[in-house]
Amino acid sequence: MFNIFKINKIFEITSKAPKYIFIIFIIVLSIGLAEALFLSPEDYIQSHSVRIMYVHVPSAWIALGIFSLIACLSIISFIFKNKNFSLIAKSLAPPGFVLNIIALVTGSIWGKPTWGTWWAWDARITSMLILVLFYSMYILAWRIFDKKEQANKITSIIAIVGVINVPIIKFSVDWWSTLHQESSVKVFSETSIHSSMLVPLLIMTAAFSLFALLIFLMKYNTELIKIKNKGLDRL
Amino acid sequence: MINEMILMKGYGVYVWSAFSFTLISFAILYTLIKINLVKEQNKFVAKFGLLNRRKIKLAKTQSTNREILLNSTSSKI
Repeated sequence: MFNIFKINKIFEITSKAPKYIFIIFIIVLSIGLAEALFLSPEDYIQSHSVRIMYVHVPSAWIALGIFSLIACLSIISFIFKNKNFSLIAKSLAPPGFVLNIIALVTGSIWGKPTWGTWWAWDARITSMLILVLFYSMYILAWRIFDKKEQANKITSIIAIVGVINVPIIKFSVDWWSTLHQESSVKVFSETSIHSSMLVPLLIMTAAFSLFALLIFLMKYNTELIKIKNKGLDRL
Repeated sequence: MINEMILMKGYGVYVWSAFSFTLISFAILYTLIKINLVKEQNKFVAKFGLLNRRKIKLAKTQSTNREILLNSTSSKI
């Protein structure tokens, strides 16, 4: 069923892709930084501090997206016993984890001039902190358990349990009274953010997505070479 | 003009530190992942060099092995 996910076929693509993705990432990031830092307008209430949004929001979006993807892959690998899916999920964790940390730290930096505090135990921030803990548990479980099948099972459980937190993060601003404002960028209804701010935000999101893809591919290649190293021992 | 860009009406310290933290995190993660990748590639090439002719022939029938050798900068095989 999953012939297209055969390791040999995938490696032909993943081994060549990173250098091209790196070049595209640098170009998109440069444009994004110019837009975010110099060309986009300041906010009439938050002034220049609004520029932190261009690193905070994309990193939060992608960290959430990656964890959801890890959970989906874990469920599929659980059902179909496909080892490659768990390998893909494992390789997605490092960029997701780092982007989650970036979202928390830049959020904290943004909080000081906006809310007057570095940290508040509001629903959105707390649920993002819980997501970091799930990412940490997921990465640590891969390191702690030597037996692959055991590690696969435990990491899958962590991802499946952790994904319950994703809708909580998304809807926390609607369900509870939090310091965070409601979503300004909406997929199914009208977006309330002006295009002069939306465009840089989308460019930075593209740049961060490319970075996540780059790191994922490099990590995935590393994992495949590790498997091949063991294969050479058995020859 | 440049001062205005750096200071950003007093918000510069927050904006620049958020962007710096992001870019430094990116650089650290990229470097760590790259070091690991190169280490595994070198290990593979070293192991490959120790194989006898028959095993090399056998290992080279797998396209993944050929790709690793092709992409490894230190490959001399």
